[in-house]
Amino acid sequence: MKGSTVALTSKRPAWMERPTWYGLALKGLALAFIVVAVAYPFVSVVATSLSTDREIVANGGLVIWPTDPTLDAYRVIFAGGDVTNALVNSIFVATIGTAASVCATIMMAYGLSRRGVTGGRFILMIALFSMLFGAGIIPNFLLVKELGLYNTFAALILPGLISAFNFIVLRSFFMGLPAELIDSAKVDGAGDFRILLRIVLPLSKAPIAVVSLFYAVGYWNAFFNALLYLDDTDKWTLPLILRLYVLQGQPMAQGEAFSGEVPPPQLAIQMAVVVVALVPILLVYPFLQRFFTKGVLSGAIKG
Amino acid sequence: MTVEAPEKSAKAERPVVRRKKATLWERLKRDKVMLLLAGPGLLYFLVFHYLPMLGNIVAFQDYQPYLGFFNSEWIGFENFTDAFADPRFWSAVTNTLVIALVQLVFFFPAPIALALLLNSILSSKIRRFVQSVVYLPHFIGWVIIVSIFQQILGAAGLLPNVLESLGMPRYDMMTDPDAFPWLVTLQLVWKDMGWGTIIFLAALLSIDPQLYEAAAVDGASKWRRLWHVTLPGITPIIILLLILNLGSILSVGFEQLILQRDNVGAEAGEVLDTYVYFNGIQNGEWGPSAAIGIVKAIFGTALILGANKLAHFFGHEGIYRGADK
Repeated sequence: MKGSTVALTSKRPAWMERPTWYGLALKGLALAFIVVAVAYPFVSVVATSLSTDREIVANGGLVIWPTDPTLDAYRVIFAGGDVTNALVNSIFVATIGTAASVCATIMMAYGLSRRGVTGGRFILMIALFSMLFGAGIIPNFLLVKELGLYNTFAALILPGLISAFNFIVLRSFFMGLPAELIDSAKVDGAGDFRILLRIVLPLSKAPIAVVSLFYAVGYWNAFFNALLYLDDTDKWTLPLILRLYVLQGQPMAQGEAFSGEVPPPQLAIQMAVVVVALVPILLVYPFLQRFFTKGVLSGAIKG
Repeated sequence: MTVEAPEKSAKAERPVVRRKKATLWERLKRDKVMLLLAGPGLLYFLVFHYLPMLGNIVAFQDYQPYLGFFNSEWIGFENFTDAFADPRFWSAVTNTLVIALVQLVFFFPAPIALALLLNSILSSKIRRFVQSVVYLPHFIGWVIIVSIFQQILGAAGLLPNVLESLGMPRYDMMTDPDAFPWLVTLQLVWKDMGWGTIIFLAALLSIDPQLYEAAAVDGASKWRRLWHVTLPGITPIIILLLILNLGSILSVGFEQLILQRDNVGAEAGEVLDTYVYFNGIQNGEWGPSAAIGIVKAIFGTALILGANKLAHFFGHEGIYRGADK
């Protein structure tokens, strides 16, 4: 990694030829296209969710910028119906799930972070080997049923409690902490658990933050487990509601909020649900983005 | 704060000096806190990753939920022959392979191309901006992504409207069975092309800049440097990812496909994983579906090992690096 600074600075090295104008233009166009292709759909979804019926009809279903923005669609979905309920469920699962996953991952990563722990190598192999082989959909489903987790929120959390990937990221970070710190704490009479609380955790805030965000985003997006294991509609999380209303096109009850007035169009309501599901991810993304390149790389290269 | 360096120093300290006198009991006592902390994790992996592997025995049973694992009748390989006799199974295999092939040809190279493009940007400000935009879709769930695509390409979306205003017939890609493999590949490119660049960018950064300089001094043009310096520099990582890709060739994204299968009908939209889901969990054909899961896993492992052998044969490292592990 020593020479990488040359490529990182914005100065062109002396041996490199000057770029041609058409080469630069082509590059610029390609990048602009990619950025617009990624960013435009988000803008469009938000714009449509704020639009009125008239505007959506006038634009043939897709609004690029609302001239007369209204929050009616959001009033409908927050009026206490399915979406509100699903939102509460999703927040609950994501919060409890992230807390449980982070605790379990930290404990396991720390427990296996020291060389020479009796049986540590064996436990490590068990965890890593699980990345290579999955058991398949049917046995996992039957296991969840046998354990009595079917149709509970625990079924969304326990089967994916520890991600081997996040475990590797944390473990390799813990292993990289200076051994002198831990040794001197030991000399001072601190036990292994106290070392974890007083020394390892305070030094590992950044990687723990990354891992937490990865878990949180994972729980927030989880569709597969919710589809497999949740039966009652009042336990449904946002992804399931999103599928019902947006992809399967079930019309949403308007409730009392709009009796006598012009109700917001279904399309605006659908896009409002998408925005509600999207916003938490967009909120944590800047924090994730600051850390993840490093975190992902250490896991990928050392994995 | 690189995470690499400490690992290296830890390796240098090997072999670990172990006190020979300590008995197993003494060592367990010494490590008890560490082992207790690792315990719940171990339990998790055993229960949720290894126990289900045992659950695969239903592939050899006429499994009935009310009889359970222990009382269901053993029927040998009948589930396998039943599964293979189902034409819907073969249709799912074909769809899976077609989608996997389209993704291999059109999705796999996309992050490499984007990484090369990003790497050629000298202004780190622009590069960081583009990176932060293109990484974002990776964190968005498939339900949202399919919803967004519905907005852009669906019956009332952007594409049909643009086509109409250009005087062409409206075209709804979301429900066109023939376009399905292309649609799912397009979605995958949108979601993960940016994210996929990370690993290639890292590989590109690790190429020694002196190689470029030396090549330039020797008169190699930009394209020759790309061909003779850059590409060889990232070949190992390309091969590694290609091998891993081959191993998962039979599992094209479950969430993505199950959300869209009904748009185009089972004939075009059914892949192995959705077939297992509908046939097994919805229709209660537990045995045959588990059998397909086993065949899939064996096939995937065989592909990985085979491709790895092939990579070794051509003098590349492949996935594992000799006797290190």
